[in-house]
Amino acid sequence: MTIFRTRSRSSRIRENFNNFDRVLTFSVAALLLIGTLLVWAATKSWFASQNLDPQYYLKRHIVNILIGGLLAYLTTLIDYRLLRAYTPIVWGLAVLGLVAVIIPGIGTTVNGARAWISFPGGFQIQPAELAKIGIIVGISMILAEKRDSDKNPTDLDVLKALGIAALPIILILLQPDLGTVVIISAAIVAIIGTSGAPTRWVVGLLLVALVGGFVAVKAGVVSEYQVKRLQSFVDPTADPQMSGYQLRQSRITIGSGGVLGKGLFNGPQTNGRFVPEQQTDFIFTVAGEELGFLGSGFILLCFGLFFYRSFRIAKRTNDLFGRLVVVGVIAWFAFQTFENIGMTMGMVPMTGVPLPFMSYGGSSMFANLIGLGLIQNVHLRTR
Amino acid sequence: MSQRSRLSIIIVQALILSLTVALGGRLFYLQVAAGLKYQNAALSIQSRDVMTPQVRGAITDSSGIPLAMDRPGMVISVDRSTIDKLPDKGAAVLAKVAKLMGVKPNDLFIATRLCGELPIGERTGCWKGTRFQPIPVTRSATQAQALKVLENSDSFPGINAQPIPVRSYPSMAGENASHVLGYVGSVTESDLANPDGGYFRDEVIGKSGLEYQYNQYLRGKPGIKTVTVDRKESITSQTQSSKPIAGDNLVTNLDARLQAATEKALKSSVLRSKSMGYHADGGAAVVLDVHTGKVLALASYPTYDPNIWQQGLTQAQAKSLFSESSGVPALDRPWQGMYAPASTFKSISVVAATKAGYDMNAAYNCPATVQVGNREFKNFETKAQGHLNMQTAIAVSCDTIWYQIAYDEWVRDGGLRPKSGLHDYFFNAAKSFGIGKLTGIDLPAEASGRLPNRDWKEKYYQANKNYYCDYQNRARKSDLTPYLIAIAKENCTDGFIVRAGDAVNFAIGQGDTLLTPIQMAQTYAAIANGGTIYKPEVARAILKPDGTVVKEFTPVVTGKVDASPSTFDFLHKALRAVATSGTAAGVFAGFPIHVAGKTGTGQDLGRNANGSAKDDTSWFASFAPVEAPQYAVIMMVSQGGFGAEISAVGVHDIYAALYGVTGSTVDPKKAIFPNGIPTSIPRIDAKSAKLVKP
Repeated sequence: MTIFRTRSRSSRIRENFNNFDRVLTFSVAALLLIGTLLVWAATKSWFASQNLDPQYYLKRHIVNILIGGLLAYLTTLIDYRLLRAYTPIVWGLAVLGLVAVIIPGIGTTVNGARAWISFPGGFQIQPAELAKIGIIVGISMILAEKRDSDKNPTDLDVLKALGIAALPIILILLQPDLGTVVIISAAIVAIIGTSGAPTRWVVGLLLVALVGGFVAVKAGVVSEYQVKRLQSFVDPTADPQMSGYQLRQSRITIGSGGVLGKGLFNGPQTNGRFVPEQQTDFIFTVAGEELGFLGSGFILLCFGLFFYRSFRIAKRTNDLFGRLVVVGVIAWFAFQTFENIGMTMGMVPMTGVPLPFMSYGGSSMFANLIGLGLIQNVHLRTR
Repeated sequence: MSQRSRLSIIIVQALILSLTVALGGRLFYLQVAAGLKYQNAALSIQSRDVMTPQVRGAITDSSGIPLAMDRPGMVISVDRSTIDKLPDKGAAVLAKVAKLMGVKPNDLFIATRLCGELPIGERTGCWKGTRFQPIPVTRSATQAQALKVLENSDSFPGINAQPIPVRSYPSMAGENASHVLGYVGSVTESDLANPDGGYFRDEVIGKSGLEYQYNQYLRGKPGIKTVTVDRKESITSQTQSSKPIAGDNLVTNLDARLQAATEKALKSSVLRSKSMGYHADGGAAVVLDVHTGKVLALASYPTYDPNIWQQGLTQAQAKSLFSESSGVPALDRPWQGMYAPASTFKSISVVAATKAGYDMNAAYNCPATVQVGNREFKNFETKAQGHLNMQTAIAVSCDTIWYQIAYDEWVRDGGLRPKSGLHDYFFNAAKSFGIGKLTGIDLPAEASGRLPNRDWKEKYYQANKNYYCDYQNRARKSDLTPYLIAIAKENCTDGFIVRAGDAVNFAIGQGDTLLTPIQMAQTYAAIANGGTIYKPEVARAILKPDGTVVKEFTPVVTGKVDASPSTFDFLHKALRAVATSGTAAGVFAGFPIHVAGKTGTGQDLGRNANGSAKDDTSWFASFAPVEAPQYAVIMMVSQGGFGAEISAVGVHDIYAALYGVTGSTVDPKKAIFPNGIPTSIPRIDAKSAKLVKP
């Protein structure tokens, strides 16, 4: 500790950078770079044809990355073990945001989900993204507490952890944003499973998720547009103009890219805007069409590398809290990636979740890069 | 780290690895394994073909006179991509165009809407094409209307007038020929779905007759401009374009003037029959070159104006084309109508009898009736003619001689218990003439006629025995007479057996035998030329617009009648006697051309829609001149009455036109083919063609 104090600020920054997991940094940097090009490709000719600035989205996306990068770096500065102190604040802010979203006049509805808070100047914030971090760090904290030895969490600890997650999840369900709930649930199950808690909890939670999902659809708790999306997943021709149309177009756009792709900026499906939301939720279709199997396969490879390196960090740390946080963040990214890419390829029903590190969107970019910061943080402090 | 915790991480890791691998697998399927399928799907989403119509090839007669051709029409079209950008979405300019054309503004509004833009139920008359294709609102604009649009283009934004080809049937010799020529129409969804068609949306293609049969040559290729569009159907880029290619011309063996004369003769025969009180619901007439099978004229009655298809059928016109009360003008009677051949069939029976060893020079008794089993078969009008030689028997059309011969031969073949090694002289003679088979004429949807031989009987029995065995329950009440019930019982138990009645009826062309008029013409052409069966051919050649020959149609022999030259000699003499001293002697008295032929008066046991019994089918089948046969001419008037008094007169008129006969003198200058039937292929200049010959 004394060493840190005597060093200059700049040398500390350099030290941090040098000690980052380089492969992890590289894989995310590659995703960010490709994502930037894809956001540009998705919007360039569209905006040009509307006589708008073709670089509008590009510029904003770069700004988002810069801010997100700064947040990630800041996250790595403070020892993650000290971060526990901030967790209640993050959690509290997320819950406040989620409550605000539901209040008419503050929340904005996009694509059927009331998930955004609009600020003057065109800024929008999605509190659910913040909630992911709050929940992951929060339950990791509870399950890792008091146990530096081999003692496993008790049933009571698990209940407490679930209690922390329950409020934000219920609030997100009200939006309703089922996709995010699934991602958070996956992260929770992964954390509980890794924490050493009784196995019955993992099995039980998976069962609850299955039965709950089934009942929700049957009982009509799930809103109509979600049922429609589910139906059009089963039969894409059922609703050709709406969800089915999007899924079909999305699949055709990816498939038409072939092995080599049409070349960046040269995708006729992309430039014709046949796929909706192409700079956000359907960004992967741009990769599929313009970069082909080689390009989009490379993206999958980068994600794979990212997960692999993160797991390595989770396994190397001796600190349970750190490990749980890393596993939680991996599960979050992995499920979100699977949901998003799987949706564009017609493997899973349509949900409105962005692709980590690639989709356009500030809140999600910030949260993703903070997540990366958390993993690097654990890595830095593993000796 | 605890062991369990490590294990849990590995499980989570394995799970996430499998998710990533699943994504990779799916990606491989979409982009590599099924990539081609999706590339095609994407192309069909992004690209649109804009069509420039091509000129369709002309159909001409053997001297180059156009029977069907594209003539310049003037189209006024509306460009939606332009008018949609106007402040009022083009409402004002559409109103102006409506006023210019003299139509209701609302009709024009609907005509320029994509079908999907209109609510279901209000789509009649909507535009079936795409938004960025100029929408034609009329194809028959006048010069003045077009000029007004073109000269005031500022006040008609998005409106264009331009010449386009329109199909027309100029009728230069007064011919109609609607059945043989057919008609054209827009491609339908099912045409487009046909993988062999290669059609373009909005293309005009042949729907029947020659227009259909030779569509692949006539159609040419439209000019195609392929454009890439975005989701809102606005053009983002143009990828390729091709110029329209005009279709090939079709030269036929028809002669416009002979066609006109044949139609006129047919029509007057039908009208004469009607005036005599017969139903006369339709007719057909055919002129063939007996040495090649060339179809020189092919008429069907009633007929219709082929130009109505281009002007757009009205509801009333469409109904009338297929209605029973107007005689179903759409039916192509010469090759789709099937009729009992009656006494014209005796020529075939002559061939059968000679094969069976009957002496054609011997005398045979022609009594008023012949007892066949328990039934009495009557001569025509129950007249006894005494002993006749066979030639006279043909001339006066004695039936009873044929009953006796057919019955004797049936008995020899074993009667109700057929022997092995059947002779079946009558069935085999008919088969040798190709009865019951398609003639192969180059026109669509030919009917085959029917040869009711033993095979047919067996098939018919298998198909119908259930009905006959359950006749009491399944027949109409009015048909439950004791006689019909008895017949049904017979048909149920052994309906496959050729009975004596079947055999004797067959010999005089009654019973179940059916022929199309073109089959009759083919048969008499074969009798005329000594037994060669030619495929009747309407097409002579396909020519490129520049005159080079793409394809030439040469005579096709499809069979040879199994009969000796002496049999044909006898038939020529006997059929000539029909016109000199027999049933048609009155019609051909003093006629300078030596026609040989046979009358036929066919009974039709069916009933008309109003319940009245059907009148007899009137036939005259002939060839001429008997000393050196050149033409086969046949006419059939369904429900027309006697062969001699109706069809023979019509055939007489056709020969008169063919040879230029007035009264009893021949004027070779007035003949249709003063130098014989054309053999060379004419030059085609459809636009400036004139009828040079009389």
